[in-house]
Amino acid sequence: MQYPLEREKTMANKKHKLKKDALWGYVFILVPLTTFIIFTLYPVISAAITSFQHYKPLKTTWVGFDNYVSTFKNALFYKALKNTLVYTVFAVPISMFLSFSISLFILPFKKRVQTIFKAAFYLPAIASGVALSFVWKWIYDPMPTGLLNSILHIFGISSQNWLGSSKTAMASLIIMAVFSGLGTSIIIYIAALLGIDSTYYEAADIDGASFFQKVRYVVWPMVKPTTVFLAITGVINGFQSFQNAYLMTGGGPDNATTMAGLLIFNRAFKYFEYGEACAQALILAAIIAVFAVFQFKLSANDVEY
Amino acid sequence: MGLYKNYGKNQRYRKILRNLLLALLLITIAALTIFPIYYMVISSFGAPTEAAGASYSLIPKNFTLDSYKFFFGYSKYSFRWILNSLIVASTVTVSNVVFASLAGYAFAKLRFPGCKFFFFLLLVAMMVPYQVTQVPLYILVVNVLKIQDTYTALIAPTLITCYNVFLAKQFFTSLPTSIMESAKIEGCSQPMIVWKIVVPLSKTILSVMAIMTFLGEWNTFFWPFLVSNQEYMQTIQVGLKNFSFANTTYFAPMMAGATISALPMFILFFSLQRYFLEGVTVGAVKG
Repeated sequence: MQYPLEREKTMANKKHKLKKDALWGYVFILVPLTTFIIFTLYPVISAAITSFQHYKPLKTTWVGFDNYVSTFKNALFYKALKNTLVYTVFAVPISMFLSFSISLFILPFKKRVQTIFKAAFYLPAIASGVALSFVWKWIYDPMPTGLLNSILHIFGISSQNWLGSSKTAMASLIIMAVFSGLGTSIIIYIAALLGIDSTYYEAADIDGASFFQKVRYVVWPMVKPTTVFLAITGVINGFQSFQNAYLMTGGGPDNATTMAGLLIFNRAFKYFEYGEACAQALILAAIIAVFAVFQFKLSANDVEY
Repeated sequence: MGLYKNYGKNQRYRKILRNLLLALLLITIAALTIFPIYYMVISSFGAPTEAAGASYSLIPKNFTLDSYKFFFGYSKYSFRWILNSLIVASTVTVSNVVFASLAGYAFAKLRFPGCKFFFFLLLVAMMVPYQVTQVPLYILVVNVLKIQDTYTALIAPTLITCYNVFLAKQFFTSLPTSIMESAKIEGCSQPMIVWKIVVPLSKTILSVMAIMTFLGEWNTFFWPFLVSNQEYMQTIQVGLKNFSFANTTYFAPMMAGATISALPMFILFFSLQRYFLEGVTVGAVKG
């Protein structure tokens, strides 16, 4: 008779403990949850509402889909989207190709040498974007005595108005983004490369594979998840990029570097059209979501190994 | 055996030659990526005269700290900017590590009604682009709460980043549950389990989190730029931007300012390199 009683007792005890644990669970997530509600959930809902309004501090009026309509009628909106696309389509693949190649080159060295190279490539990622933008602005100095111009003079290339001409401004921003962001993806790629089991190479060696064949048929498929990760995060960041364009070109010349992030910023904090800015931001969010899902689906098809 | 060909003993010179060529290539590219930083630091020691474009060079001609004096002399709040950045970044770092540990543990090891749903919310929150929240947040802080130019406004939105909770949860899940169970049987309360068992077992990941959060917060520009109009409440990044937009032709002082803004991070990087390099791969590569 004693046995079931004791069991009941422990069961009750366990239930009590479980309840107490659940309570602690809520306590532990209280602050993040509150922060989430105030600083993410509320703003998202508010943005959705504001996008249907003409916002004024005291007299906010409902305007229906006006903000969306005027956004889709705005030629600058399409230009900004095109610029964002160009920026992302060039910056992300170039950066990934370079960092993949560089990490392959770093691989044969000893661990200590690898660390030195990793640190060297990562260094620009540590400096603030504001500081880097100033340096690059001077590198792109349009004067013939400007740094990049005077270097190119040696090779017989004439001076360019790097950030001031609509032909080169976007390219200049892309080059800067690629050079400043290499380190992160190199480190991630090296980690992935070191994770490849040497038996795969041995098998390829037995088959008489050359270095390039090994890269193509062993390394590339093996690091595919990493490539997908970098591509998706790169595209998401590229679509949201704002700071470099804002600090270096201000979107100019002739809006050649106005990207979605800057367009929305200007709508909101230059022209104080909060409603339209929210509408544009939601459209951007939808585009990013579609792209991310699409990319994910596309890569998920052949990522299983 | 590896990706690269293994040369036999009598072909050792070929391996050396190959590595030499690779090293040369890597050093060239590395030099190019480091160059802007080198250029920034070197130029900051130039004289604080108005540059007409011609006066900068790759090798310092003369060494002077006048440009730093010029930078600090521009605003009486320039030291305050650094202090503000320190206060904001430190507070955000501490709160992120503390709350991410607690919430990460709750999501990883505690079962309570709704825990899956709340974690799902967290994942969704991570995917919201900041452009969507920037306007409502700005209205909330500036028009509704009227707390612009306060530390609260600078700190509150990043008090806890969803990404850090996610990171902590991912790592804590891999810790053996049996240790925590036995601690519970011994009468250890949940907060004590986190403090005495989870945190000591996760020192590396929490350090990485702290460093990456501090780095991100120190370098952040956008939000402080939106909510600090008064000079005395600006962070170093915002102050630096205002300095350079007011002194577009003063090249060396601008570089001095940029160097000052980056220096604390460089010191941190060279003393805690391991955590930085580890921090990059956390969350990107499984294992």
